[in-house]
Amino acid sequence: MTEILNKLTLYWQYPFVRYALAVGVLISLCSSLLGVTLVLKRFSFIGDGLSHVAFGAMAIASVLHFTNDMPLVLLITILSAVALLRTGQNAKIKGDAAVAMISVGALAVGYLLMNLFTPSGNLSGDVCSTLFGSTSILTLTKTEVRLCAVLSVIVVAAFVFFYHKVFAVTFDESFAAATGVKTKVYNFIIAVIIAVIIVLAMNLVGSLLISALVIFPALSAMRVFRSFRSVTICSAVFSVFCSLLGILISILAGTPVGSTIVAADIVMFFVFSAFGAFMGGVHA
Amino acid sequence: MALITCQNLCLGYDGREILHDLSFEVNSGDYLCIVGENGSGKSTLMRTILGLQRPLAGQILTGDGLRVSEIGYLPQQTPVQKDFPASVREVVLSGFEGKCGWRPFYTKAEKQQAEENIRAMGIEALSRRCYRELSGGQQQRVLLARALCATSKLLFLDEPVSGLDPRVTAEMYELIEKLNKEQSITIIMISHDIAAALRYASHILHIGDRVFFGTNAAYQESGIGTVFMKGGDVL
Repeated sequence: MTEILNKLTLYWQYPFVRYALAVGVLISLCSSLLGVTLVLKRFSFIGDGLSHVAFGAMAIASVLHFTNDMPLVLLITILSAVALLRTGQNAKIKGDAAVAMISVGALAVGYLLMNLFTPSGNLSGDVCSTLFGSTSILTLTKTEVRLCAVLSVIVVAAFVFFYHKVFAVTFDESFAAATGVKTKVYNFIIAVIIAVIIVLAMNLVGSLLISALVIFPALSAMRVFRSFRSVTICSAVFSVFCSLLGILISILAGTPVGSTIVAADIVMFFVFSAFGAFMGGVHA
Repeated sequence: MALITCQNLCLGYDGREILHDLSFEVNSGDYLCIVGENGSGKSTLMRTILGLQRPLAGQILTGDGLRVSEIGYLPQQTPVQKDFPASVREVVLSGFEGKCGWRPFYTKAEKQQAEENIRAMGIEALSRRCYRELSGGQQQRVLLARALCATSKLLFLDEPVSGLDPRVTAEMYELIEKLNKEQSITIIMISHDIAAALRYASHILHIGDRVFFGTNAAYQESGIGTVFMKGGDVL
């Protein structure tokens, strides 16, 4: 035990470890907030789809030799998120199919572009780290950490401000629209927040594992709690806890960060499921 | 002036017309039942009046200073709600959202009003329970309490008793009648239940191949309903 503590104290002295922990906490907090809404709207896979769009956008940015690809990636991802969520229930192509189309399409086009135009010798390595986020969280710069912190604060503040509206729009969009709630505006805001979170989260777990950060906390919390507020709070705590645990284990055991976090999520999901089944649900 | 006036409405979707040249008006205090076969456009009509979709032609006028944020609505349940984690209190309070505008939180007065509406619907014992774990009748009462947070004037109900057993159905009708009589809330209700429509409504709008709008008594005299009543779609 002391050995582990010593090792952790040693690592704590390195800035990149502190950065990784800070960014990990912020991103897992943000991504858990809208998880409940996304799962219930049948958009569980939007994280996957949008992160592939972000991957495609990154490929375009690198082909065009942009030094800073963040603005372009953010813009394209936000546009896709708005297009996806706007279609809603009356669309000709339903939510899951639309997400699948965009997801696979953007991934293929992104890989194609990188393959055709990038002179880099280590293409599969680049693609792999973009998809699985294997190392990027450990190579964060101070500017990236600051940007992430600012965006996280905005996301959390926006969520608190729009909390009741998110509830109203998710629970019953027809009722909300009929009684004068500007559902289109709020759906747009939700889409923008989701896009920002996904672009942020790509740094942490890579695009393939973002869905895990969105759905595991929400589904686990829904096993145990029965009101929107308690589920939201619980999924935020769950998400932050699992990410911290995952990052610490990956540092100690030398495992890939993203997959270790998801593994922690999976284990905790089963713990919550068992607890939920045992309690028959807590009435809070 | 009438609360709602519909003039020469043509309704439909994807360019296909299902209702042609419909005109009627609803006055304050009315209890209007909209009846008709499946697919005749009852829900489309209600969604159009509520502004959820556009009419193909014609117009809908509101009078008596009625604003959108003063309309209550009891929609049919959506699949999302079947596994939504929400307490009864949270659902009822969300009825005030239309009045909030950009204000992020509910006021004290709104919270008190929500409690009162919960009490009026006789579900105060359930207010901390989870919405999805309630029975069908209890869920309808919760949604009715939410609709009352949104309105004290005009209530739209889309088949409020579908899927309920006879005893709960009767209780639901009594609650709605009480709102109409005691709080003078105008009721516009879609119903499959023609017997109940004839018993409670002051006015009937029958849509389908033949269209009728008028008072309940005139409808019974017209004989349009009798064909419909014997048509087997009585439940």
